[in-house]
Amino acid sequence: MQECGLVATDVACRRGDRILFRGLSLGLGRGGIVHLAGPNGIGKSSLIRILAGLLRPYAGTVERTGAVALADERLALDGHEPLGKALAFWHRIDRVERETADFGLADLLDVPVRYLSTGQRKRAALARVAASAAPIWLLDEPLNGLDAYWSCKAQAAIHAHCRDGGAVVIASHQPLSLDGVSVIELLDFQV
Amino acid sequence: MMRRLWPIFTRDLALLTRGAQGRGGAVLPLLFFLAVAMLFPFAVGPDARLLARTGAGVIWVAALLAAILPLDRLVEPDVEAGLFDQWALRGISEEALLMVRIVAHWLSFGVPLMLAAPISAGLLSLNAQQLWTVEVGLLLGTPGLAAIGVTIAALTAGMRAGAALGGLLAIPLAVPLLIFGAGSLQPGGEGGLALLAACSLVALAVAPFAGGAAIRAGRE
Repeated sequence: MQECGLVATDVACRRGDRILFRGLSLGLGRGGIVHLAGPNGIGKSSLIRILAGLLRPYAGTVERTGAVALADERLALDGHEPLGKALAFWHRIDRVERETADFGLADLLDVPVRYLSTGQRKRAALARVAASAAPIWLLDEPLNGLDAYWSCKAQAAIHAHCRDGGAVVIASHQPLSLDGVSVIELLDFQV
Repeated sequence: MMRRLWPIFTRDLALLTRGAQGRGGAVLPLLFFLAVAMLFPFAVGPDARLLARTGAGVIWVAALLAAILPLDRLVEPDVEAGLFDQWALRGISEEALLMVRIVAHWLSFGVPLMLAAPISAGLLSLNAQQLWTVEVGLLLGTPGLAAIGVTIAALTAGMRAGAALGGLLAIPLAVPLLIFGAGSLQPGGEGGLALLAACSLVALAVAPFAGGAAIRAGRE
C-alpha cells in the first residue's frame, strides 16, 4: 500500500456562530487508527469532513498524504440502481476490479439501493470505501445500524486495512473493540 | 481525467434522459414544449398569418420554459446523496463535473427540443424557411440554456424552495437568448443568430466556474 499520513494541527471548527472545538491536533500514519469519541453534536462529523478536506477548518491546518475514502451518512449510491451497478460505478471511477473485503452483499447485488435496510446500506458504504484502494479511511459512525455479527466483521475489515498499511479515522459514540486504537475525546477540546 | 469523467457522463446522461428517483427524464420538458405549441393556436385562433408571425416567438418561450422544468433535479439530488463529496475526494473538480453535466443536460433536453421543433412549427404554421431558422437558433441557443440551467441548479442546490427560486433566477439570465433567438426570425434578423451564439458561449464559459464555486460554498 502506498505511503499515507494524516496530520491535523491545532484545528478549530465553527458551525454557525458556535465554536465546537479548538486546539485539536492529531497525527496518524501507516497502520494508525484514531477513534474520535464524544456525545452527539460535539463535532465528530464536522471533524471528519475537515479531515477529508470538504470543510475548511476555522483555524489550524490539515495535511493529507495519500488518497482518502469517506463513508458518512450520505451513501453516494444511486437509489434506483441495483446495488451491484451502483458500486460498479465507483469501481469504474476508481479503476478497481471489485470488492476486496466481504460485507455479505453478494445476495443483494441485484436489489435496488433504496430497498436496502439501514445496516445493509452501511455495509454498502463500507464496501465502497474498502474497494476504493485509498489508504486513508474516514468513517463516520461506521457501526451504526450493524448487528453484532457485521459489527465484528466491519471492525475486522478495519483492522485488516491497518495491518496492510492503511490508516483509519473512526468517528463513533460507541466503544470499539479494536486493538491499538488511540482515542481522541472531543469533549476535551470543547470551548 | 477523461477516463474518470466518461463513466460520470454516461451516468448523468442516462439519469437525465431516462429519469429516475423522482426525476422526470427528458419526456416532461418535451411534452411541455409540444403542449405550448398545441395550445397557442387554440388561444389566439387559427389565423395562419397571425400564427406564422407570432409562432416563432412562442417556440422560443416554450423552449425557455421547458429548460426551467428539470432545474431542481439537475444537481440537487447528487449533492444531497453525497456524490459531489465523493468526486471531490477523488480530486475531480466541480468545474469538470458541471461541464460534463451541461453536455448531458443539453443532449437530454436541447436535442429532443430540436427534434420536436418541426412538429411545433407545423402546429404554428411556420414555413420551411422559418423552421430552418428556428432549428439553427435552437442549435445555437439551447447549449446556453443548458449552461444557465446547470448554473442555477448548482446555486440553488440545498436550498428550501430551490425549485421555485431556480425558475425565477434562470428567467432573467435567459432573456438575452430569448431576444436574439426570437429576433433572428424577424425579416432581416439573421444577425441575431450570431449574437445568440455569442450569448451561449458566454454562458458556457461562465457556467462551470460559477456552479463549481456554488457547490463548494454549499459545503460550508
